[in-house]
Amino acid sequence: MKKFINNVDDFLKESLNGFGKAHSDIIKVNFEPNFIYRKTKTKEGKVSLISGGGSGHEPMHGGFVGHGMLDAACPGFVFSAPTPDQMQAAAEHVDSGAGVLFIVKNYSGDIMNFQMGAEMYSGKNDSIITNDDVAVEDSTFTTGRRGVAATVLVEKIVGSLAENGGSLEECKKLGEKVNKNSGTMGVAFTSCTVPAAGKPTFDIGNDEMEFGVGIHGEPGRKREKIQASKTIVNNMLEAILDDLKPQKNEKTLLFVNGMGGTPLTELYLVYDDACETLKSKGVEITRSLVGNYCTSLEMQGASITLLKCDDDILKNWDSPVHTAAIRWGM
Amino acid sequence: MSVNFLISQAKNIQIVIDENAAEIEALDQNIGDGDHIFNVQRGLKLVVELENDIKNLPLQKSLNMIAMKVLSGIGGSSGALFGTFFMSMAKTPDLDKNIDFNKACEMVITGINAMKERGKADVGEKTMMDVLIPVSEKLNELKSGNMDMKKGLSEIIKIAEDRMLGTKDMLATKGRASFLGERAKGHIDPGARSSQLIIDTICKSLINK
Repeated sequence: MKKFINNVDDFLKESLNGFGKAHSDIIKVNFEPNFIYRKTKTKEGKVSLISGGGSGHEPMHGGFVGHGMLDAACPGFVFSAPTPDQMQAAAEHVDSGAGVLFIVKNYSGDIMNFQMGAEMYSGKNDSIITNDDVAVEDSTFTTGRRGVAATVLVEKIVGSLAENGGSLEECKKLGEKVNKNSGTMGVAFTSCTVPAAGKPTFDIGNDEMEFGVGIHGEPGRKREKIQASKTIVNNMLEAILDDLKPQKNEKTLLFVNGMGGTPLTELYLVYDDACETLKSKGVEITRSLVGNYCTSLEMQGASITLLKCDDDILKNWDSPVHTAAIRWGM
Repeated sequence: MSVNFLISQAKNIQIVIDENAAEIEALDQNIGDGDHIFNVQRGLKLVVELENDIKNLPLQKSLNMIAMKVLSGIGGSSGALFGTFFMSMAKTPDLDKNIDFNKACEMVITGINAMKERGKADVGEKTMMDVLIPVSEKLNELKSGNMDMKKGLSEIIKIAEDRMLGTKDMLATKGRASFLGERAKGHIDPGARSSQLIIDTICKSLINK
């Protein structure tokens, strides 16, 4: 394992320390229990948004705390759900009287810990569960699909509505719509190494890729030989379009997300291939996002998310945002 | 059951889990993401470290302190589930009186029921509940019957082992392994393995007492 580490046990604490120092104009970090919150407390009567999850997906979620997005984020250990006391403390800290909306990715550990946090918090609160990963078959008998990169879009779009006075019910409704309108498919070329484990999560050949990989290196639909980008992207989009079934000329947001180890040059190439494929299928791209937003440590690979947009979604996407990782309009 | 019993069991379990850590980690890397063993080890370390804080406290208070430590110190599914286990055990009535074997069974059954509720998982879903629920059912039988305690505990050891091995050919429908579909088959569930080791350790120490 080659990583910037002093002591494995201090990995998270030192990283959070650095994050706090680097973005001291926007956020503050509370330790024990760990949560990142806005430096300037949100205005009275605004719904507070709190997300969180295992660390290792940076900038998600701490990088999305700030005006127009989250009010707080609760980081767990690398790839492990945060604990209920973190959510409780964060909620108590940021609630401005209009209630708290928890945004949770669909993993058993996250769901249980957020539920317990919500039970321990005495104020008004509700939750949205994101589950945009089309690589996993959804069924009422299973945990269902994983929550992956579309969580970024949910946090931005609902964050805007909350900033503009949306109620807890309205925020939840919009979040659920964005989640339902999104589909994501990921591909990995290499594994990732959890610092505490010290070795890669899975083995993969030099000429292989994992099609449908999860953001913790969970295996996907199949292991394949690597192909030309056009072919990979086409297969990813086919899986997404099968699931989303957009109308002819329906407006969409195209989000190409890096897993952490793939350079932006390649992500833009993927974006180009995706534009071409979508054009040939009559899908209109009206907004874009390209970069490393929902990562899996140093994994090489990318995910593509397509979000079907109505005017409400577009308006809230375009509104000003100022966080460590996403900033426009202010 | 007493606070001393809890601490000494945590120490025994810590040794056994450490001995089997590589195996559990490998199982988790097959069908999960490899964090389970670290979570269990971190939890055991935290409980063992609590010794001086809890050794002179009443049982209920110690259980609550263990619950909060486990809940806030582990994370992941294990933290929520084991935290729930201790929190619910602490809610068993009459903990200030002498805790005999039947009462201890009642506490463990209460704890496992709460885990089942929290994780919304039942037997046959390739999780730790495949081991814990049958063990809880057997404890319920032991509690109300006249079976010899040591004989009962031996049967529990056997049940836990059979059920743990039984997760191998299951499809997972809960937890992270559920994302794998058919690919989860052929691997024992790591949570089932760690739970079985815990039960095995406790039962053996009671039998050899």
